[in-house]
Amino acid sequence: MSDDNETQGPILSMEGVGKWYGNFCALHDVNLMVELGEKVVVCGPSGSGKSTMIRCINRLEEHQAGTIRVAGHTLSANTKRIERVRRDVGMVFQQFNLFPHMTVLQNLMLGPVRNRGVSRAEAKSLAMHYLERVHIADQAAKYPPQLSGGQQQRVAIARALCMQPKLMLFDEPTSALDPEMISGVLGVMEELALAGMTMICVTHEMAFARRVADRMIFMDRGEIIESAPPAKFFSAPESERAQLFLSQILSH
Amino acid sequence: MDWLLFGAVLAFAVYTAYRVNDVLVYHWDWSRVAGFIVRRDNKTGHWFANILLLGLFSTLRLAWWGTVLACIIGLIMGACRASPNLTLRIISRVYVELIRNIPAVVFIFVFYFFVSTQLFPLIGLNSRTVNVPWTDNAIFRALFGPPGLLTNFLSGLICLAMFEGAYITEIVRAGIQSVPKGQWEAARAIGLSRFNIQRDVILPQAVRKILPPLAGQFITLIKDSSIVSLISIQELTYMGNEVANSTARVFETWIIVGVMYFAICYTFAVVFGRLESMARRSHR
Ligand SMILES: Nc1ncnc2c1ncn2[C@@H]1O[C@H](COP(=O)(O)OP(=O)(O)OP(=O)(O)O)[C@@H](O)[C@H]1O
Ligand SMILES: [Mg+2]
Repeated sequence: MSDDNETQGPILSMEGVGKWYGNFCALHDVNLMVELGEKVVVCGPSGSGKSTMIRCINRLEEHQAGTIRVAGHTLSANTKRIERVRRDVGMVFQQFNLFPHMTVLQNLMLGPVRNRGVSRAEAKSLAMHYLERVHIADQAAKYPPQLSGGQQQRVAIARALCMQPKLMLFDEPTSALDPEMISGVLGVMEELALAGMTMICVTHEMAFARRVADRMIFMDRGEIIESAPPAKFFSAPESERAQLFLSQILSH
Repeated sequence: MDWLLFGAVLAFAVYTAYRVNDVLVYHWDWSRVAGFIVRRDNKTGHWFANILLLGLFSTLRLAWWGTVLACIIGLIMGACRASPNLTLRIISRVYVELIRNIPAVVFIFVFYFFVSTQLFPLIGLNSRTVNVPWTDNAIFRALFGPPGLLTNFLSGLICLAMFEGAYITEIVRAGIQSVPKGQWEAARAIGLSRFNIQRDVILPQAVRKILPPLAGQFITLIKDSSIVSLISIQELTYMGNEVANSTARVFETWIIVGVMYFAICYTFAVVFGRLESMARRSHR
């Protein structure tokens, strides 16, 4: 593949990306570069297009304008390659979306076995390794509905990590959790960040963002309004909309 | 209280039956009809199943193979119904709507004509071609009935399966669509192919939703199978008709046939109910 020069350039580049639902413009001229190892936190009001943007990165949604390049692949209607691209991009959802009819271990092994053709034994040791990293190796034989929300979300993180992705996407990973579960999940994400994982994370956990983010992205009405290091973003946001958003969210 | 009510209803039923008996002056004669269930060969002294019981076996064979075939049709068509491909959706939609909006009897007359006069001759199936050695053994007879009646049985079977397949299609579609969207997304996000998503993630979950209504549909199919008596498929209702006509014992015959249908349908209902509650208990 000619465009497989994965060693050079940013892991993700979005240029002039646009997306419409019918007449409604969900993304407008989105430009975003993410370097390997960078941690980006995305915030913005509800309906601003945060989910839409990160779902375009692994093509759960299809963009209609501009170009998206992920790990050296240009995203297009070519479906063969999309499964190859998704191997490099892990995703964690707000609602966990674990497979309820499989054990935790089976959830983790499915991707490596099916997509990467890893042997079952190897997939199992891989799975156990990542379960230990999210601190729930003792739950391997259980079914997801038997676990707490926090445990389920950590399984979901491990499931994504089992594909050994180059980039992890998080879409409000703690929004569906009870308050006492949140810190456990954020802790795992922080460890992941410290280990050097490239992350794009949609979250309203601003304390987490301050600790972990290299860069803050603020979105409103389908556009990236502001992109700044957290120190600057939290102390002196440039746009009025970001100021308003921050004053609302931080007063909570 | 419940028992009192039950007793009252029972007493009323017995009384009504008694009065009806009085008024109608109908002479019940069960023995002649009973001879059509099982009969004793006078020479050898062996008992053997007579046409009512044979009809019952034939009905059970129809129900079993009808369900298998209808499930295959339903699985394929149901997957088409829930598919993103427009052509497949239209084909399966047309099939379901056609069958749901035409009376079963009309559909079966039309389709039977097609099967027996067009389809079977086309593939060279007739009563002579099925009389080959491998059809003449006990296992084959148990599964498909007498070889001489095979074309008769098959045409009834195909009509029934086409008919019931439409309802199973809808059950399958509902099962597939009951799997939350997030499951598709999670499966796509870990890079599974369309085929793997269906096989590993969607179908196993859909099947759990599908099984209970499918069991109900199986029982419905047993009852619906009486329709194919109209195209001379020799199952229980057809045999009942024969017996009623030849003995003129109309009440006795049809009551026995009714009891037979009830017995098998109710047995299956109880068995499925047990299985279902067992499955629910074992499933966490
Ligand atoms: N499938 C869809 N069809 C039509 N409109 C959609 C669809 N998905 C999203 N939208 C619209 O696109 C806009 C952006 O949605 P998106 O989910 O990306 O917002 P968000 O920033 O993630 O919001 P939230 O914080 O509530 O999750 C919203 O106005 C939403 O109504
Ligand atoms: Mg969202």
